Amino acid sequence: MGNDKKGPVGRRGFLKDAAATAAAFVAEPAAAHGHTHHDHGHDHQHQAVPSDVALRVKALESLLVEKGVVDRAALDAVVDSYETKIGPRNGARVVARAWVDAAYKKRLLADPTAAIAELGYSGGQGEDMVVLENSPKIHNLVVCTLCSCYPWPVLGLPPVWYKSAPYRSRAVIDPRGVLREFGLDLPEDVEVRVWDSTAEVRYLVLPERPAGTDRLSEEALAALVTRDSMIGVTKVSPPQPGDRA
Amino acid sequence: MNGVHDMGGMDGMGPIVHEKDEPVFHAEWEGRVYALTRLVRAGAGRWNIDAGRFEIERLPPAEYLRMTYYERWAARLAVQIVKMGLVTQAEVDSATPAAGSGRATPQLTAAMVPAMVARRSSTKRDVRVRATFKPGQRVRARNIHPTGHTRLPRYARGKLGTVAADRGVFVFPDTNAEFLGEKPQHLYSVRFTARELWGERASPRDSVYLDLWDDYLERV
Repeated sequence: MGNDKKGPVGRRGFLKDAAATAAAFVAEPAAAHGHTHHDHGHDHQHQAVPSDVALRVKALESLLVEKGVVDRAALDAVVDSYETKIGPRNGARVVARAWVDAAYKKRLLADPTAAIAELGYSGGQGEDMVVLENSPKIHNLVVCTLCSCYPWPVLGLPPVWYKSAPYRSRAVIDPRGVLREFGLDLPEDVEVRVWDSTAEVRYLVLPERPAGTDRLSEEALAALVTRDSMIGVTKVSPPQPGDRA
Repeated sequence: MNGVHDMGGMDGMGPIVHEKDEPVFHAEWEGRVYALTRLVRAGAGRWNIDAGRFEIERLPPAEYLRMTYYERWAARLAVQIVKMGLVTQAEVDSATPAAGSGRATPQLTAAMVPAMVARRSSTKRDVRVRATFKPGQRVRARNIHPTGHTRLPRYARGKLGTVAADRGVFVFPDTNAEFLGEKPQHLYSVRFTARELWGERASPRDSVYLDLWDDYLERV
């Protein structure tokens, strides 16, 4: 990899097998960050992004476009879908509906995939949904220890921490410690159920409706529901003074 | 395979780093590699979700741990498009189409993307297969160590659990990943007490649920 580092992308050697390809994607010095850090004071797992992974991906894209395998506008449309349309606001609407409509909640727990589709959410990584209801006595937490399985149609693409080794390794062996790191200290008499997404079933946690929200509209309730509460690492907080109700 | 990806129960991976107001993609190339992988999958060529996971599991362990999530996807994409027969290795190496290799017509246009992302492509199969186990039944996760792809994590192998639900008949990842057939079989939600998995370190109230196929389980 050494001496063609600064060569044009078109002549850059791509290597032949997964091992060599992996080396090609990481072996060079971390000359640039691949993204902006908003929240510093720690080591990001993804800090050492090689300066040229962006160039390598660009080369693959150009090749696939030139070969007529993919269409560039279609690529833009996929990125736009997950940046602006398919995200945790979808799941929040499902949760808020379940909080205000008992019949919907019943359908959601009995046939989650169909009930979620009623609100217009369906697709890849949400084909076979299971909804887990939290209560004062049972707390559900979702993880994928083997990779990054996550219910895309309702939560969008997973955050970095969900896909990272610290969460994947510890959620199953020390769920209470993990929850404390997220600021949730559960009493001993609460049962913690961890769901490891080892198959194509995808899980959505239905968090508890916070106290003092009886007069809120469905829309205002949805605004309270966070992504993390639907993974099960936090609870939904009641509206804070000053929030628009 | 007993790979580093199978990390449930490991210690020493450090604190969980929660980024406030995290963007969906942290750099433009991450979105491109995601979209390329989705579109390549949706088009022609032999591929499936289990094959895709197996490709990532075969990254060298030190590289797997060092790479970011989308760096793994980028490494896989370069391998996958050759294995699918969409491009040749020489074309990947040179990043240019071979002379006279012709130009296909992309199977998916931008107008088709909304339908593509909303389409269900379940691995549940509507076939009659006998269920070996019933909800409420005690089972043991087999002490097996397949060298190929498997979705039975090491931390559950040999452990006793209880069938909590029968999820229906699903494609079996171990064979599907290597294109050896779907081998559809019952998938169960199996509850393991945290104490069974982790001993005294765990709370006596807690449990871990895994979705496990018939072939991963045995009678007690």
